[in-house]
Amino acid sequence: MASNKRVAIRNHSAEANLFARRTFIAFIGILALLLTLISNIYDLEINSYEKYQTRSNSNRIKLLPVAPNRGLIYDRNGILLADNKPVYSLEVIAEQTIDLKKHIKEVSELLDISEEKQEKLFKALKSKRRFKPLELHSRLSAQQVALFSVNQHKFPGFFIDARLKRYYPFGDLTTHSLGYVARINRKDSIRLAEDNLDEDYAATRNIGKLGLEKYYENILHGTIGHQEVEINNQGRIIRTLDYAPPISGKNLTLSIDIELQMIAKRALAGKRGAVVAIDPRNGEILAMYSNPSYDGNLFVHGISSKNYRKLLNPKNDRPLLNRSVQGYPPASTVKPLLGLTGLEAGVITNESRFYDPGWFQLKGLERKYRDWWAPGHGWVDLNQAIEHSCNVFFYNLAYQLNIDNITDMMEKFGFGDLTGVDIWEDKRAILPGRETKRSRYNKPWYTGDTIAVGIGQGYWTVTPLQLAQAFSILANKGDIKIPHFLRATAELVVEEVAINDEIISGESDVNIISKMVTKMTDYDDKPPIILKNNKHWNLVLDAMHNTAQKKYPAFQGARYDAAGKSGTAQLIAKKQDEKYDAEATKEKQRNNAMFVAFAPYENPEIVVAVVVENVLEGGGGFNAAPVARQVMDQYFGDRVIISTDKSKHPQHNNVYGADKKTGRN
Amino acid sequence: MRNIGHDQQKQRSFWQRIHIDVPLLLGILALMILGLFVVYSAGGQESAIVYRQITRLGIALLVMFAVAQIPPLSYQKWAVPVFVLGLLLLIAVLLFGHIGKGAQRWLDLGFMKFQPSEIMKLIVPIMIAWYVSQYDLPAKISTITIAFILVLLPTLLIAKQPDLGTSLLIASSGVFVIFLAGASWKLIVTCIGLASAFAPVLWMFLMKPYQKQRVLTFLDPEQDPLGSGYHIIQSKIAIGSGGLHGKGWLQGTQSQLEFLPERHTDFIFAVFSEEFGFVGVAVLLSVYLIIVMRGLWIAVHAEHAFTKLLAGSITLTFFVYVFVNIGMVSGLLPVVGVPLPLVSYGGTSMVTLLAGFGMLMAISTHKRFIA
Repeated sequence: MASNKRVAIRNHSAEANLFARRTFIAFIGILALLLTLISNIYDLEINSYEKYQTRSNSNRIKLLPVAPNRGLIYDRNGILLADNKPVYSLEVIAEQTIDLKKHIKEVSELLDISEEKQEKLFKALKSKRRFKPLELHSRLSAQQVALFSVNQHKFPGFFIDARLKRYYPFGDLTTHSLGYVARINRKDSIRLAEDNLDEDYAATRNIGKLGLEKYYENILHGTIGHQEVEINNQGRIIRTLDYAPPISGKNLTLSIDIELQMIAKRALAGKRGAVVAIDPRNGEILAMYSNPSYDGNLFVHGISSKNYRKLLNPKNDRPLLNRSVQGYPPASTVKPLLGLTGLEAGVITNESRFYDPGWFQLKGLERKYRDWWAPGHGWVDLNQAIEHSCNVFFYNLAYQLNIDNITDMMEKFGFGDLTGVDIWEDKRAILPGRETKRSRYNKPWYTGDTIAVGIGQGYWTVTPLQLAQAFSILANKGDIKIPHFLRATAELVVEEVAINDEIISGESDVNIISKMVTKMTDYDDKPPIILKNNKHWNLVLDAMHNTAQKKYPAFQGARYDAAGKSGTAQLIAKKQDEKYDAEATKEKQRNNAMFVAFAPYENPEIVVAVVVENVLEGGGGFNAAPVARQVMDQYFGDRVIISTDKSKHPQHNNVYGADKKTGRN
Repeated sequence: MRNIGHDQQKQRSFWQRIHIDVPLLLGILALMILGLFVVYSAGGQESAIVYRQITRLGIALLVMFAVAQIPPLSYQKWAVPVFVLGLLLLIAVLLFGHIGKGAQRWLDLGFMKFQPSEIMKLIVPIMIAWYVSQYDLPAKISTITIAFILVLLPTLLIAKQPDLGTSLLIASSGVFVIFLAGASWKLIVTCIGLASAFAPVLWMFLMKPYQKQRVLTFLDPEQDPLGSGYHIIQSKIAIGSGGLHGKGWLQGTQSQLEFLPERHTDFIFAVFSEEFGFVGVAVLLSVYLIIVMRGLWIAVHAEHAFTKLLAGSITLTFFVYVFVNIGMVSGLLPVVGVPLPLVSYGGTSMVTLLAGFGMLMAISTHKRFIA
């Protein structure tokens, strides 16, 4: 009974006391630990509540960017030039499919989707999350959409996604002015990031790459919207919490008249060249067309390398080149401007005459500068010299003026500088002068260079746009309007209009009205050219009017008063006394035909500059003037604008015959 | 004696006769019902998961009821053989055990899988309480030393599986007996000193890399927010974003949108605090406190040293469960796999836990029979 013995000597109450003490201590410990727990949780839930609330929300709430609709572009008469059209793509969410491989095969058979695209999808499946939609086919035809829609129930997880994409209904007719949009590339992304616009473009796929689409990107793009969604830990959307709709880009109304543009295209058919038509009263560009052109729609969906090679192939006459902003030797078209320079510098008067024996020679030099009319024009004054495009007169004039006077005046007319037009493709071309030659060719200026400049050749190129602009200034008698495409912008404005004037119990009925608000675009003028003698404008303008009326068969019978000047630019230097033979000259080295005109003579509304490259026969009057005539006919339509003053209508008398025969001016 | 016994038996209530301690039962049921609501919310609002949990709770309650019928002093007879058997099973686990979740915890008996470490949670306090109570209290150094060794054996075997959470609970259940048995303060201080000296050894030689990672993560969870720190960060966000009143039942975004891992098991407390806020936490902790106080009351009023020590140890270990789980979920302690008792979804540990409460009830209600 050892156990009993042990029990007998045990002090039970002492043990109970000890145990109670220890239990009490343990209880105190428990309370202390509980206090630690609760104070820690108090700290989390009460003191740091906002911090964790924020973190909890940033866990579950995501902002999904929603792309704004790009602004539309209209011509001056409200005809749509750049549209947004829905494009349908076939997408798959792998997670929602039942038998992915089998269904992809079947749907591909149904819609005739290439193996290549299927492979691409399978590849993408490996790296992408299974609940994100993946694209199987990017542009479904209406037929494919219909076919799939009927069979959609057989393919769970497959669906059609519609997205708006740019569409240019006139195709190649508008590409050189509108430009195009295309997929945002790495370079664009870097630029957007630099401009802090990357957030605004988070949902945007395409961006303006050329022309007006690029120039007015910030107006056309609009403002991004956001969908606030709740997601789970897999990133899957559970529900939409909030939606801030995107704001569409502004619509643009251009000064372009698409019908005029069409006529320009037709007039240039089969030729390489460009037409620019400007309203000199305000600088609005009425037409700008460069032939050949190309379809900007090709770039919207990403151009295939085959198509791109085609555009680059020299055999296809370089359609990517916007010829309306390329430099061409102005040739005789600039003679009226040189005449004006002579008058202003006091080198000549309207009565001054030079004798033309058929050539011009600098003192002490062998070289003879030929007139295009070999027998020579005899004694000619400025008016006649412009009418007949007498080279020798202008050789003399240029020689007496010297190059610096010419440079100064031509600079005022905008040569050698950007016109300020609203496309980035605008070019400076080459202003004749010492500085240009030195900086471009690192060569000094020779007197002989000045002689060539006298007939718009040598170190001088102008873009058709510059030419149109220079003659707009001339037609305006010095007023300078910056050429531009954009007439007006329009945006949807949302207004809250109170229905009742009386506010009942603090609440008013409000009607939300949204309407398009159009705003005309203002342009600042440049300071005008002020002549010492304002009559000089008229002298030169008269001469151009005279020329158009007398010289160009193309303008016979026009029901408006036109004034114009042609030019024929030599592209290769001829040897002394060598005859130009177009047939024997390589096609790309044949003469360029130039023409610039404005009408009506008394209150000019339109200035047209035309270049036709590498003509086989005839010059500017024969090849380019008819293009200008067609554009102007379209512009004036049925209007009859002929001055009643008979004296201003000299009879058509082409002394030297049609320039078709001579091959020159 | 007979008469007195008879009289007393007459005075007993219905609950005492069926050996149920009512305050304890009410506390347990309160937590279980609360737990069902949280499990429903955390388990993706599926009723199936709730039915499974109800089944488990039912079984566990039956086990508790059964255990409560056994007179507690009779445990003493079985203490040594069952303890030895338990140790053998633990060794068997290490040798032939079934590997699950990277640790050997299960023993496949052919017809069922069996986790010997769960049984040890009950056997260790019985064994130590039996051993210590054979001698006068306060226990002598020699007694305590042997008791320590008896605690250390299963603890090390379980830690080796590795199952840090369970070995910690088993060690504390033994240590609590020793503490309650009146181990001198000098000894306690020395042991704490030794333990802290032992910590580097534990770190260098005994801890597995994933266990070390848990400790590192606990010290600074933000260093790897998407990896090892993810659990604790999301858990703290869930608790913190609950605020004073919580987001409401079924409205916890951290849990409903599945940002929180192990929602219905180890991290259920985070779900609870997200949805019921600080107020809910205060209520929950109060219920736990009530259970603990009742357990300690039973221990203090137990008639024998053995039952006192056993009841005290079971109660204190229960509190350790609560503390370790909540401490871990709220970022006070490193992550160890301990469920929130009576609330977390899960089977085995619930049965063990309620068997423990069955013993408490037995201690509370069998008193005068054996006396």
